[in-house]
Amino acid sequence: MIPCKPKVAFYWCASCGGCEEAVVDLAEAILDVVAKVDIVFWPVAMDFKRKDIESMAAGSITATFLNGSIRTSEQEEMAHLLRSKSQLLVALGSCSHLGGIPGLANLFDRTSILREVYIQPPSTVNTGGTLPQAHYQDNGHSLELPVFHETVRSLDQVVDVDYYIPGCPPTPKTFAAALQTLLSHQLPEKGSVLAPDCALCDECPRKDTKPEKPVFSEFKRPQQMLVDEQKCLLAQGFLCMGPATRAGCEALCVRGNMPCTGCYGPTSRVRDQGAKILSCLAALLESKDEQEIDRVLGTIPDPVGTFYRYALPGSLLRRKKLDGVPQAPLAPR
Amino acid sequence: MLNRDPRASEISQDRFEPRIVAFFCNWCTYLAADLAGTSRLKYAPNIRVVRLMCSGRVDPQFVLDAFAHGADGVFIGGCHPGDCHYQEGNYKALRRYRLLKRVLKDMGIEEERFRLEWISAAEADRVRSAINQMVEKVRELGPLNLQVKDAPKASTEEVCV
Repeated sequence: MIPCKPKVAFYWCASCGGCEEAVVDLAEAILDVVAKVDIVFWPVAMDFKRKDIESMAAGSITATFLNGSIRTSEQEEMAHLLRSKSQLLVALGSCSHLGGIPGLANLFDRTSILREVYIQPPSTVNTGGTLPQAHYQDNGHSLELPVFHETVRSLDQVVDVDYYIPGCPPTPKTFAAALQTLLSHQLPEKGSVLAPDCALCDECPRKDTKPEKPVFSEFKRPQQMLVDEQKCLLAQGFLCMGPATRAGCEALCVRGNMPCTGCYGPTSRVRDQGAKILSCLAALLESKDEQEIDRVLGTIPDPVGTFYRYALPGSLLRRKKLDGVPQAPLAPR
Repeated sequence: MLNRDPRASEISQDRFEPRIVAFFCNWCTYLAADLAGTSRLKYAPNIRVVRLMCSGRVDPQFVLDAFAHGADGVFIGGCHPGDCHYQEGNYKALRRYRLLKRVLKDMGIEEERFRLEWISAAEADRVRSAINQMVEKVRELGPLNLQVKDAPKASTEEVCV
């Protein structure tokens, strides 16, 4: 008799495909994975349809790995569908964990985004100002398209999520370790982020050169000066998100001479990653003079885009306030 | 969530009454507010005071959390520059405040909803005037309304991609 292997599904929502790449980047190890599980759904790589999932019994998928944030009605439906068919739902990657890069769209409203894309580009001729419609009728044919939501949401703002695998994308090592944990019979506490619960600085190869208290009189950007390859990036005046970011990537960016941008999200003790790095960096300024403080802080041109690059929908405020439009619910996570 | 104030009966029902969360330093502004009370100085009842050991203890998360949970304004009171009980705490508060103000502006929250004041233990009258000014300003701005439980689904229809 063929032993019953755990069934696994992969799905993507508002994302770039990098997380799917991270799964493929397991390389030979993916054969071990395939030996241990049955992949029942993976639109990017295998030919299964939505109806295949719909015909399954509730809870018949052992684990679904869903990457991407939720911004359209179709993604929302798929999240609900996969949730109902899965024993475990795992948010894979920054987008489904905290909203990710697509989540920065929460700094704008839907109308201005659609105008920017369909009306304003110099290469676009759209004299009628036509925008995509959810329902369209022509010559007796009708067309339905997904609704584009005002606000981008992380997966757990739409459905119940069991575990999170952080990263943009998660490194193959993070993914493999998380998979190993899930296949073991000792599941971690529900809601856990499957990566080490300490700051990136803890596993940074430059840790020893980090001064007890780095002091800033300017925030530099990597293109402005030659980066010392050994020394802590904060000590060199770069804005590195390491102190407010979860470890697990083995400081890949820092090893490549680029400051951390924070894709692994905060540790379990922090609710709002951006607020925490803001707090840390501002406290480390040298000046006590208000004008000089403003000048130094002015060398961070885009604080929200920098501090919340991967975590805006998952932050305390979630989105820019909309004028005159009902807000998305701000219920506690 | 910030509940209705038990003193609500004292507050006018006809006009918008802002809810303002105030973080006061234990060594100066809180004492000043205390002095204002014992001196029978009357100030607007719209603030909810949270006493902290130092304005440097105001984690930006506290401020964002207050706004996200229904506050219309946030007020931080600390010792005058050079007077901090812990030497540097108020300077840290100042730097965080300057940067957080920019973040809030980018998030569509008006600047006047977030204020930092240096108020020493002797300046009871300043507590009164600063709070009254802020309450008036926020009243003019109107409710922030970040806390809306059920956004109607209709707001997400008709346009799509």
